[in-house]
Amino acid sequence: MTEETVQQILSRYPHHRSALLPLLHLCQQEAGYLTEEALRLLSKRLGLSPTQVVEVATFYDMFHLKPGGQREIWVCHNLSCSLLGAEKVVRRFEEALGIGAGETTQDGLFRLKRVECLAACGIAPVVQVGAEYYGPVSPQDVAQFVERLRAQSAVSNQGSAFLPKADG
Amino acid sequence: MSEKILTKRLENPGYGGTIEEYLATGGYQAIAKALKEHAPASLIELVRRSGLRGRGGAGFPTGVKWGFVPKDPGLTKYLVCNADESEPGTFKDRDLIMRDPHQLLEGILLASYAIGCQTAYIYIRGEFIAGAAILERAIKDAAAHSFLGKDILGSGFSVEIYPHRGAGAYICGEETALLESLEGKRGLPRLKPPFPATAGLYRLPTVVNNVETLCNLPHIVLRGPEWFSSIGTPKSTGTRIFSVSGHVRRPGNYELPIDVPMRELIFEHAGGMRDGRRLKAVIPGGSSVPVLTEQHLDTRMDFESLAKAGSMAGSGGVIVMDESTCMVRTGEVVARFYHHESCGQCTQCREGTAWLHKTLRRIEEGRGRKADLDLLLDICDNMKGKTICPLSDAAAMPIESYLKYFGDEFERHIVEHACPFASTDGS
Repeated sequence: MTEETVQQILSRYPHHRSALLPLLHLCQQEAGYLTEEALRLLSKRLGLSPTQVVEVATFYDMFHLKPGGQREIWVCHNLSCSLLGAEKVVRRFEEALGIGAGETTQDGLFRLKRVECLAACGIAPVVQVGAEYYGPVSPQDVAQFVERLRAQSAVSNQGSAFLPKADG
Repeated sequence: MSEKILTKRLENPGYGGTIEEYLATGGYQAIAKALKEHAPASLIELVRRSGLRGRGGAGFPTGVKWGFVPKDPGLTKYLVCNADESEPGTFKDRDLIMRDPHQLLEGILLASYAIGCQTAYIYIRGEFIAGAAILERAIKDAAAHSFLGKDILGSGFSVEIYPHRGAGAYICGEETALLESLEGKRGLPRLKPPFPATAGLYRLPTVVNNVETLCNLPHIVLRGPEWFSSIGTPKSTGTRIFSVSGHVRRPGNYELPIDVPMRELIFEHAGGMRDGRRLKAVIPGGSSVPVLTEQHLDTRMDFESLAKAGSMAGSGGVIVMDESTCMVRTGEVVARFYHHESCGQCTQCREGTAWLHKTLRRIEEGRGRKADLDLLLDICDNMKGKTICPLSDAAAMPIESYLKYFGDEFERHIVEHACPFASTDGS
């Protein structure tokens, strides 16, 4: 995160506190999660108390205060997806990855998360990995899905899943 | 075949949403016309006459909302586009953002001109990573063509548009929680009044409008409010994009006149029921609205008709359930969602959503008790009309409706100590 980037973000708002969410996203993108150091730096930078920063970091689902996987696999378990078999899809992911939802694989590659409605119900059941949406994902598809993800991770040095590339 | 307005460009599968393509299909003509022919006050009046109502869920008349903004030109004002689409069953704004971003930008320009603001934010849910990138790109392109920034088209009107990503919180779709989040805080809703129009972002006059609402504006300006209000009903004008999902053959977004009959939407446009099964229940406007049944299929999808039927038009998210669906399980999934998303400020919601979830889970897992049905109704009664924002009502009213129409299913779970549908539904 360059000073130039920070200034560009700050310049969008008349009050610096508004830059907290964009800067938290950037910090998480860089380290994979929100480190204590990052939170302290942000509170100093924006003139906020540590509490004001941590209460925001802990409020929003996308932010993590502990390290997780390099990539996150989000499986929607809300109504439209549930109606079309999302629970089975979650269980297959747990089997294929060898972890429970909410946990990270031993090799640090993937964190599996149950998430709420991703606003893609037309292709339910929906799975999101990084910026990509997948669906309809059926339980039978999951094993191969995970294999492909593993293969991708093996060949590329994937940055964090969380931000679009700089050139959009 | 009714005319598509918002999704007309998308009928061409090759349409890429670039500014060149948008311009080639009449894009940015509305803002040019408005800047030349309308003072802000007359633009507000035009939108008021069109009868356009908010498409996010509340259905408040857009022109009326704009009219609440103080006219003092010395005040700093804001327009905020609510792109936090998170109401379960709703996926129309995503399509509008992803596939025709300039339509939205032009709508934002028109709204900004009407209320006299110089800065507009697009609050986009954090999970729409690609959507945020597309908007950033579209804004760059619009600025390069001088549709944004200072002195647009030589009119003296200037506006900057900035996307602002959320980070995963359904409550931030509620306009005051959204403003709190935009200010860099937790998304805790504010008491209304005051309303954002007088005290919004940074306590300055602010209008918050939904993506689809804003996308209607270029068309209303170009073709006139009389044309717009000739579609739909006198009180619910225009088209609406219905997001249909669940047990239908063709789930997807369907733009239709807002008063399309539910039967036509589900059986003609969305292809009817899958696997030859029978329709059991329909949620007509996102998970926050009461469920309807087969007997309501001839209800039209406008605001008044759905309210008369005991539900609401809400977000236009239509979730269709067939006979294999367990309505207790449906209640549990919906309750789990509100429990997760409650911001926690109000005791009735914080405790009530947790209690509803726990109780419904118990019943679904076969550990229900006879007193549970009255307990559920009692909890719901204590959750309604007593909180800072309507999430509490959104959690309670659907559960009441499941009990009303499917009470026998709940009783069976309790009496049989098991879910009668355990082997047939998707989960």
